[in-house]
Amino acid sequence: MSRVPDLDPGQEASLVQRLRAGEDDAYRALLELYGGSLLRAARRLLRDEDEAADALQEAFLSAFRSIDKFQENSRLSTWLYKIVVNHSLMRLRSRRAKGVESLDDLLPQFDETGHHLVPPSPWRTESDSPRDAAQRSEEEAIVRAAIDRLPDPYRTVVVLRDLEGLETAEVADLLQINANTAKVRLHRARQALRTLLDPVFGVEVVT
Amino acid sequence: MTCREFVEFLNAWLAGELSPEESIEFERHLDACDPCIDYLNAYKRTMQLVQEVAEHDEDIPDDVPDDLITAILTAQAKKKKQG
Repeated sequence: MSRVPDLDPGQEASLVQRLRAGEDDAYRALLELYGGSLLRAARRLLRDEDEAADALQEAFLSAFRSIDKFQENSRLSTWLYKIVVNHSLMRLRSRRAKGVESLDDLLPQFDETGHHLVPPSPWRTESDSPRDAAQRSEEEAIVRAAIDRLPDPYRTVVVLRDLEGLETAEVADLLQINANTAKVRLHRARQALRTLLDPVFGVEVVT
Repeated sequence: MTCREFVEFLNAWLAGELSPEESIEFERHLDACDPCIDYLNAYKRTMQLVQEVAEHDEDIPDDVPDDLITAILTAQAKKKKQG
């Protein structure tokens, strides 16, 4: 998991030993080392500060409890990351999605001959309209809001693959789907995002 | 290749996962279809915009608030006491 910092193997082994011995300082060290990037992953998945904090708490308590099951041939960061993502996903599944779109409505439509039903509009490019920092930040807010409108099975793939920077195989493993399904979901999610962003970035063609 | 198939294969083409024959067919369609050129460019720009969000997020400090650390450590201490 690329976005979580790693300790060197010697330091990691010693930290695991202290955690197994139940040392309070070791619990704090683990939180201070990994808590930040894991909280960011939980925030991205849950889009809610309080729920992300709760997921992090549940995940760390679960990790402290099951530290004996940690296998030294894997990395502590990867093990913790999986626990946090799983607790976040469990919370996501148990709540009703609000304000999300139907994915089918966001995919491109074709006629019976396989041609675009509505020709896609060209988009303005970075060189057409260079952006200052304020515009860039405004655009980022628009993109974040568009990601939030995706149904969870698609949004989680975008969050894990594109925002968290995981490999497709890692995403598939965490979501317990096969790699091909992860790829298909990512492609559909990007198509849906293109549709959602089209009113902002598309250029009206005058004919 | 139709526009529908072009859109279906687009992600695999970008990832270099098409066979040489499929790539040739894909690129032949791309050479001849303006709407699909626009679609491809907008799709690539979408990926780039998401990437910019990811990169900007990395600049935001991600410390765990002190009160959350305290809450987790207190809950853990309580559990230890309960055995």
